[in-house]
Amino acid sequence: MVVKVYGPAYASPKRVLVCLIEKEVEFETAPIDLLKGEHKDPDYLKLQPFGTVPVTQDGDYILYESRAIIRYYAEKYKSQGTDLLGNTIEERGQVENWLEVEAHSYNPPIYTLTLQILFSSKLGFTPDQNLIKESEEKLSKVLDVYEERLSKSKYLAGDFFSLADLSHLPFTQYLVGPMGKEDMIRSRKHVSAWWDDISNRPSWQKVLQLCPPPF
Amino acid sequence: MVVKVYGPAFASPKRVLVCLVEKEVEFETVPVDLIKGEHKHPDYLKLQPFGTVPVTQDGDYTLFESRAIIRYYAEKYKSQGTDLLGKTIEERGQVENWLEVEAQNFHPPVFNLTFQIMFTPILGIPTDEKLIKESEEKLDKVFDVYEERLSKNKYLAGDFFSLADLSHLPFTQYLVCQMGKEYMIRDRKHVSAWWDDISNRPSWKKVLELYPAPGA
Repeated sequence: MVVKVYGPAYASPKRVLVCLIEKEVEFETAPIDLLKGEHKDPDYLKLQPFGTVPVTQDGDYILYESRAIIRYYAEKYKSQGTDLLGNTIEERGQVENWLEVEAHSYNPPIYTLTLQILFSSKLGFTPDQNLIKESEEKLSKVLDVYEERLSKSKYLAGDFFSLADLSHLPFTQYLVGPMGKEDMIRSRKHVSAWWDDISNRPSWQKVLQLCPPPF
Repeated sequence: MVVKVYGPAFASPKRVLVCLVEKEVEFETVPVDLIKGEHKHPDYLKLQPFGTVPVTQDGDYTLFESRAIIRYYAEKYKSQGTDLLGKTIEERGQVENWLEVEAQNFHPPVFNLTFQIMFTPILGIPTDEKLIKESEEKLDKVFDVYEERLSKNKYLAGDFFSLADLSHLPFTQYLVCQMGKEYMIRDRKHVSAWWDDISNRPSWKKVLELYPAPGA
């Protein structure tokens, strides 16, 4: 049975798609149009009661929250594809540390920027310039910490690619692409090298090809 | 060597403390006074460059972000104390799902309520009443989902206590006590039973006894 992933056009589901490709796990996708409000449809809410994407369905087994889904598949298929959790319990701890950093420090400002800059016109509200400025400042401070970290290790959790790096791909792609803020990455030598490395992985290139964003 | 946990008076470090008690792992604590700004001190920033609590030091091994720390210790000490990750990979997946729900859906509004209600007066910052109202409405919606979930399962990830439930302890304790919003729990039959169960675990009672909240 093939894993079904809902909402592939959007950023969070792309965490799951790139993870499944790295783990060589077959999947199919089911579109959910957030702009049409399909995520608030009663049938969708039965799968994901908070009405967000992604959800995965693996036979009867349903999971949601992209960072839960990638942890599950990285663990379940540990013996095939790319190792995304490190080789030891200590390495896994570092992966968890930096995946939590992505979730709690990186994601909030970059998500706000995404909503305000890329989705405001589609959702019918005026972008809040103060909020954009504040979010960019917060994100800058986070990237400063990353620059320091990446001057000491090739990837966030250590000298190995992991879920911690992977989790940054979808929204950072928005930042350097449609948001026109590539300078935030390029002005930082080690962040820049890291971004080139992770975004050029065949798995990510494949995801971008298969599931273009909604603009 | 004993695990050192920084910032025990505050909520997020208490996730780590209750986890270590459940896993029967010895620890010691190091106070960090957030009100005095000790978390922005250069020596602290060397350990935790984002300047938040907790951090753990286990010999040379340093970790931060409470939900990373609890995953690490729950995995490392899987064979002792309470099992906090479920027994199978599928059960673990459910634990991860609901731990992420706590982090992404429950935490943001309850953190805003905590900061606005409990900390703005101490810090001398104007309190944002509009944000309090919005946050309570968001939290209400989250609790409605929990009520439905807990009508079908004794705990969030299934019929077993796990990191997903544990992660809710510190800020829910603030909600029912210091914030005076116990009705949000008591108005919901299954959430109420779940709260009584998890908050009466000896591990949680021990943490509250040893490390009272600031101003408790």
